[in-house]
Amino acid sequence: MSVVLVMVEHDRGALVPGALEALTFGRHLACDLGLSLHGVTIGSSADALAKQLGHYGAEVIHQAHHEILCDYGPQAWGETVAQLARSIEAAVIITTGTDSGNEVIANAAARMDLPMVANCTKLLPRQGLWELVRLRWGGSLLERASLDAPVKILTLAPNRFEATLEPGAGKTESFVPTLDPCLAQTVVRRRVVESKGISLASAPVVVSGGRGVKSAAGFAPLEELADLLGGAVGCSRVATNNGWRPHSDQVGQTGTRIAPQIYIACGISGAIQHWVGAMGAKHILAINTDPEANMVHKADYAIIGDLHEIIPAIVDAVRTAQN
Amino acid sequence: MNEVPSRANVVVIGAGIVGNCLVGHLARLGWRDMVLIDKGPLPNPGGSTGHASNFIFPTDHNKEMAVLTLESQRQYEEMGVNTTCGGIEVARTEARMEELRRRMTSAKAWGIEAKLLSPREVKEEVPFINEDIILGGFYTPSVSVVDSLRAGTIMREQAQEKEVLEVFANTEVLDLEVEPSPFKRPRIKAVVTDRGRIEADVVVIACGVWSPRIATMAGATIPLTPAVHQMADVGPIEILQKTGNEIAYPIVRDMDTFMYERQSAGSMEVGSYAHRPIFHRPDEIPSNAESALSPTELPLTQQDFDPQLEDALDLMGDILETAEIRYAINGLLSLTPDAMPVLGETVEIANLWSAAAVWIKEGPAIAQMVAEWMTYGYPHVCDPHGSDIARLYPHERTEHHIRARCGEHFNKTYGIVHPREQWATERGMNRSPFYPRQEALKAEFYDARGWERPQWYGVNKDLVVCYELETRPHEWDNRWWSSIISAEHLHMRDKVGMVDLSAFQIFDVQGPGVVDYIEKMTVNKCDRPVGSSIYTPVLTEGGGFRSDLTVLRLGDFHYRIVTGAFDGGRDEYWFRKNLPEDGSVQFSNMTSAICTLGVWGPNAQAMVSKLTDVDLSQQHFRYGKVKDVLIAGIPTTMFRVSYVGESGWEIYTSMQHGLQRWDALWEAGQQFDVRPVGMGVYGTTGRMEKGYLLMGAELESEYTPVEAGLARKGVKKADFIGKEAYLKARDEQPVAKICALTMDDHTDGTGVKRFPCGGNEPILTLDGDRIVDGKGRVSRVTSAGIGPSLGKFILFSYLPPKYAVAGTKLKVMYMNALFSVTVAGSTTLFDPENQRMKS
Amino acid sequence: MRILICIKRVPAPGAKIPLSDDGQEIDTTYLGFTTSPHEECAVEEAVRIVEKVGGETTVLTLGPPAAEEQLRYAVSVRANKAAHVVTDTTDWGPERTASALTQAIRSMEAKEGPFDMVFFGNESADSAGYQVGIRVATAMGRPIVNGIKEIEVGEGSVTARRQVDGGFEEYELNLPLMLGIKEGINLPRYPTMKGRLASRKLAVTPFETTAKCGGLSKIELFQPKEQTSNTVVLGHGPEAAAKVVDVLVDLGVM
Repeated sequence: MSVVLVMVEHDRGALVPGALEALTFGRHLACDLGLSLHGVTIGSSADALAKQLGHYGAEVIHQAHHEILCDYGPQAWGETVAQLARSIEAAVIITTGTDSGNEVIANAAARMDLPMVANCTKLLPRQGLWELVRLRWGGSLLERASLDAPVKILTLAPNRFEATLEPGAGKTESFVPTLDPCLAQTVVRRRVVESKGISLASAPVVVSGGRGVKSAAGFAPLEELADLLGGAVGCSRVATNNGWRPHSDQVGQTGTRIAPQIYIACGISGAIQHWVGAMGAKHILAINTDPEANMVHKADYAIIGDLHEIIPAIVDAVRTAQN
Repeated sequence: MNEVPSRANVVVIGAGIVGNCLVGHLARLGWRDMVLIDKGPLPNPGGSTGHASNFIFPTDHNKEMAVLTLESQRQYEEMGVNTTCGGIEVARTEARMEELRRRMTSAKAWGIEAKLLSPREVKEEVPFINEDIILGGFYTPSVSVVDSLRAGTIMREQAQEKEVLEVFANTEVLDLEVEPSPFKRPRIKAVVTDRGRIEADVVVIACGVWSPRIATMAGATIPLTPAVHQMADVGPIEILQKTGNEIAYPIVRDMDTFMYERQSAGSMEVGSYAHRPIFHRPDEIPSNAESALSPTELPLTQQDFDPQLEDALDLMGDILETAEIRYAINGLLSLTPDAMPVLGETVEIANLWSAAAVWIKEGPAIAQMVAEWMTYGYPHVCDPHGSDIARLYPHERTEHHIRARCGEHFNKTYGIVHPREQWATERGMNRSPFYPRQEALKAEFYDARGWERPQWYGVNKDLVVCYELETRPHEWDNRWWSSIISAEHLHMRDKVGMVDLSAFQIFDVQGPGVVDYIEKMTVNKCDRPVGSSIYTPVLTEGGGFRSDLTVLRLGDFHYRIVTGAFDGGRDEYWFRKNLPEDGSVQFSNMTSAICTLGVWGPNAQAMVSKLTDVDLSQQHFRYGKVKDVLIAGIPTTMFRVSYVGESGWEIYTSMQHGLQRWDALWEAGQQFDVRPVGMGVYGTTGRMEKGYLLMGAELESEYTPVEAGLARKGVKKADFIGKEAYLKARDEQPVAKICALTMDDHTDGTGVKRFPCGGNEPILTLDGDRIVDGKGRVSRVTSAGIGPSLGKFILFSYLPPKYAVAGTKLKVMYMNALFSVTVAGSTTLFDPENQRMKS
Repeated sequence: MRILICIKRVPAPGAKIPLSDDGQEIDTTYLGFTTSPHEECAVEEAVRIVEKVGGETTVLTLGPPAAEEQLRYAVSVRANKAAHVVTDTTDWGPERTASALTQAIRSMEAKEGPFDMVFFGNESADSAGYQVGIRVATAMGRPIVNGIKEIEVGEGSVTARRQVDGGFEEYELNLPLMLGIKEGINLPRYPTMKGRLASRKLAVTPFETTAKCGGLSKIELFQPKEQTSNTVVLGHGPEAAAKVVDVLVDLGVM
């Protein structure tokens, strides 16, 4: 039991946001506990990542190879992590607290019949029993909990940790798990790319509308502004429930979590469910008639007034500036 | 965050319908430097206004509420936020049909167009109703829906445009500071908010369900409880969507199930007053941030609503069955122990006002009423005595009492409530020392703001046979009434009766400044010899009745004020408020120290004389005089007077001697056939035969002593409150006079004899038209009751001079039927020369 | 098609979640309860599938006696049957919950045959452990994929789509299977008045459980530090537009 194992999450060979942060976190933990840091990448599409991972302190990079691991498959990936963890006698298994990170690690934990903790923000390793803090309600509430398990399995809350460089051996080792062919059922069969332009989750600018927009048509100027800035349009739950926008545009606890350079929140009061999705933004500009709206309080910048007058004026100003 | 100003003339707390309309009305009346604050955001801070159903059914049996509702509807219309849609109250039972006929009568009184519909006619107006389960409907075309949030914004902005108002939303009140005063109540000094402190001359609490919490900060009480009213929005409904309107069909009140169905664009709002009473505490209501919807839109407790869903499906199953429940809440509203608003200056803290427990339907006019009250010292729009916060006694201000009474009346929101109906809860709070004797005599106790008063005595049943009295044929007329009252009346006129008057409210005022003080407060001259009594109106600045009461001069610097149980709170407030600043008059409330017994009738003098050496004859103890007399060894104060027109006294004793005095008089009275006599005689039959007027019935701030026939020949020299207006009224020709009318025939169209209850039944011309005087006041029955000694049924009403002539034939409407009446002229029909009292 | 939907009763809070003084639970004095949003959509999806291809839907919850309210709600929006693993009022951890649900599902299947599909929410709104469905599926040896926002039912198999950044991943699964459903797959219907009344008559099948606590134990709940920033008000109304351009330039997005 001498290894902290980090499953380095990737999407067909590209690291997902938070992957290096998880590796960094694993390194600090390994250091504190006097353990060594191993990473694992699943599928040969990720083999090329090994060098980069070495820069973040991994001593060993396990590269899992199997024909079933040709694309993402939560059960096959989970089984792979479980088998590797057993074989290297991992004491801790960590990954990113994304939907798929949580999914894979939950599968691994279920297969190992061990507890799993999603979205940790803090760990206090102790002898045997660990104390930790994790997100509830998407982060609007925190839980202090204790974890009693021979192997500690957890994911890290997004946007809470930093990645720092620290050279490690970065030795690669191939790992070939034994996988039941029926696990192939839950491997991605096909991918459908929606050419909607910039995706909400990765857009550098998100222009979002809420109750104050008042109608589906009211989103037109928001779309115009988002287009000009190479951004995406988002919305609050009110807009989805009223049928003004599709659910895929919803920013929030049950929608998309965003992390743009700037979030322009128009006519959004800032209910907690929405804030949870928006709080990853680096900067926030709130446009609201109510100077006391929650969103205004939480924003870096605010304009008080009617968004239906303000947004077109911003569109004009941006256009003039761009020309 | 913007800082609040450090000083203001008025701070209004609460930006719901009341607070907003109040600043608008105050601005119109010339107030400046006003600040309006609310804890929540604008335009909907999260109070009850934000989720109100916003509809107005104007008909109300209560005059004050009817006037305020009609005036509010007019103001909403003026603001352009009143959408007329019509409304129908439907009946599922015969008892309800009778109530609808009563509503027709009240509609007539207030000049509201209305008609009774057959089930088929209801169906024509509301095609989706199940007409098979209803017996009929009461249709009011002027029923409307208002935009109360918009109205509030308009009124607030009007004040802002005049530059007399600053508004601070999202501003929480943390404390109210008061300033002590050596001889008077503490006064309000400042409002402390999370944006700073505002020193203010006047502060108004218009915080709806939060009002008690804010009042407590200053040590004042605003007695109300937040209570749940459940409602759900169900839809979409095709027939409603097709109208393309916010509201196109009449609102239906399903009165017997205590529910309403109101179109709201493409869906139906279903509301209920049928569920169990659910109360909350003002200091526990969640904040805006902690609420899923808003602080006053709490999650629906579904099991309470389920039975109402079935009732709604019975009535409108065709459209409601497949409608989706999209929004359903336990909405909070404010209830008071007697279901009336709580308005006016708080009794505890000077210049701290309450404007709470107000519904949307009466909001703007109540705001006007409070604004006038603050400006002129008393409202002009109508008499406020039913809403005056000072009416409530200390025991009525407790959570215990509020919850008990609200629990009792909540399900009567759409109930059929008899004008004489008695409370079932919170009984026995105040009992006179005679209570055990009265119980033994089978007293039927009625409640008078906490006091248990025998209305009649079961032991007198034999007298009914003796005087061959009949009961009333209609159950409604007979309800809360007994022919024993008439029997007790006749016996008292023949022999002698004992009446418990311990509920009298007694205030002693003493001190070097007392003569000037009492003269300032009253119309009639009180600076008369010790031992005199003075019956006097107490006026508003506008010259209307604020009160009427009796003042006894007990010493050179000692007066005793005696007033009624229903007026004690308001009168105490008024007399205390006007105490001199210099402490030269001390006020003490002696009510719980003194008990009173009335002994009246031809045998009264002989009976009391048995117990005392004092000569009680008229020569030695004249009518209107007050004397200390030892009765069977008990010190008493005897006051020769009568409200029932017989010779006799009000006998005052210390509470601890009360029972002994009752027993002594009772024993002495046996040989004179003394009987216990209830308030039915004192308050109605005896009083009405003598033409004595009652505060809150005939006597209101809307009428002057001239109109009430209570103006004396001369006017005292001393200045008094309302003198200027009083002198003016005396110089003018009155446009109405109080009159007694007698019923010529009691038989209605179905051959049943009916007896009006005295609940604002309209007096009509022979053509059936309303009678309205030169000041716009309608002629209506203010009191009604049998005059057993006259053998006639008496009605009191103000009439314009051309009708106020003896012998004029008119009609009275009762239960939607017309009855012939004759004006008797003078109100004193029995012994007009007062020979019996003075013999 | 026989579909089971596992749902959870959760509070419906406002912008700030109030806690009990001891931090052990949410203070729900003034809060209503609802079905966790992903699961509400799962019920709707199951009902729609059955409306299309025939069959029967059963809702299963694990929770305190009051959780019956959520079962009745599901039936009021057209689920057919309901089963309830009744617990005390404490919050059960994910391992114990999964183990108890597995017991209940096994017992239901033993009586009435296997469920073709079992739906879970992607994660619960309150505790968000991201694992109950996966544990149940693992225990029962069934395929499971989370994050599903589209389902197409074929002959003996199902195509399930999961939204990822920029598009969809598609899975093809054979029955019987389990899925973790995500909000947005549909817009759930509201109960009708008739549906609501019908749900009052529902008979709920109770289950007892012997499931044991897992290794993760709650110590306490607490509020995160409130995040307010020193907001720079750029101005009032459209005049502020020029300043927005400056900000956008400064941040390097223009």
